[in-house]
Amino acid sequence: MSLRSPLGKVRGLGSAKNGTHHWWMQKVSAVALVPLTIWFVSSIVQMTRADYEVVINWMNSPIVAVLMLLFVTTGIYHLKLGLQVIIEDYIHSEGSKVFLQMLVTFSCVAVGTTAGFSILKIAL
Amino acid sequence: MSDTKRPLSPHLQVYSWSLEMALSIFHRATGVALGGGALLITWWIIAIATGPDAYDQFRTVMSSITGKVFLFAFTFSLMLHMCNGIRHLFWDMGKGFDLGDSRRSSKMVLFFSVFLTALSWVIGYGMILEV
Repeated sequence: MSLRSPLGKVRGLGSAKNGTHHWWMQKVSAVALVPLTIWFVSSIVQMTRADYEVVINWMNSPIVAVLMLLFVTTGIYHLKLGLQVIIEDYIHSEGSKVFLQMLVTFSCVAVGTTAGFSILKIAL
Repeated sequence: MSDTKRPLSPHLQVYSWSLEMALSIFHRATGVALGGGALLITWWIIAIATGPDAYDQFRTVMSSITGKVFLFAFTFSLMLHMCNGIRHLFWDMGKGFDLGDSRRSSKMVLFFSVFLTALSWVIGYGMILEV
């Protein structure tokens, strides 16, 4: 039994040793995603009827490629943080928890890398 | 939990559903749905990187009724998650916790997510104005 008070534990960053870092990162990525999402949706709605040439010329532009990279990586990072909390909240068996957390991490990194590579392949 | 002497809050099913509760769980549900949306965007980018045939294949699937239903659900999930997420940022600053404020912001979230979804589809697919 620990004699430390709850406040003392929090000040010592608790057992996870990272305090509010996860929450803060969720918020920072959320703030970044608001303008990026508005940019992405307003760009994409103009291209629903566009043929291949129009779309690839659009994504060829350095500004668009950089914004797409930011949107995809920030979005997938935000997704990873969110899914992590859902697993922490609902999955209580240690084995499935570790398995699902790894699955989420690997999937997010794989999808993000694939999307990022494709954007670079188009733009470079 | 057995040594807890404090009163515990009643279980979720005891409460009658409110707009705030519905939006809270929908925020999480749309967050998961947007994971599917991330896969859709990745497929779209891969298709563009692969070439005209792959891109046409993507467009054919997305032009089907099933594709459009998915795209519509994706648009609405994105807008709801974004609008409600902005509300969360205000809550994080300690603003808007009053009962009246939170009911008003719930309605605003609902209104803006429906409005922005409709706007995107009107511009994107010309559902009202045939472009």
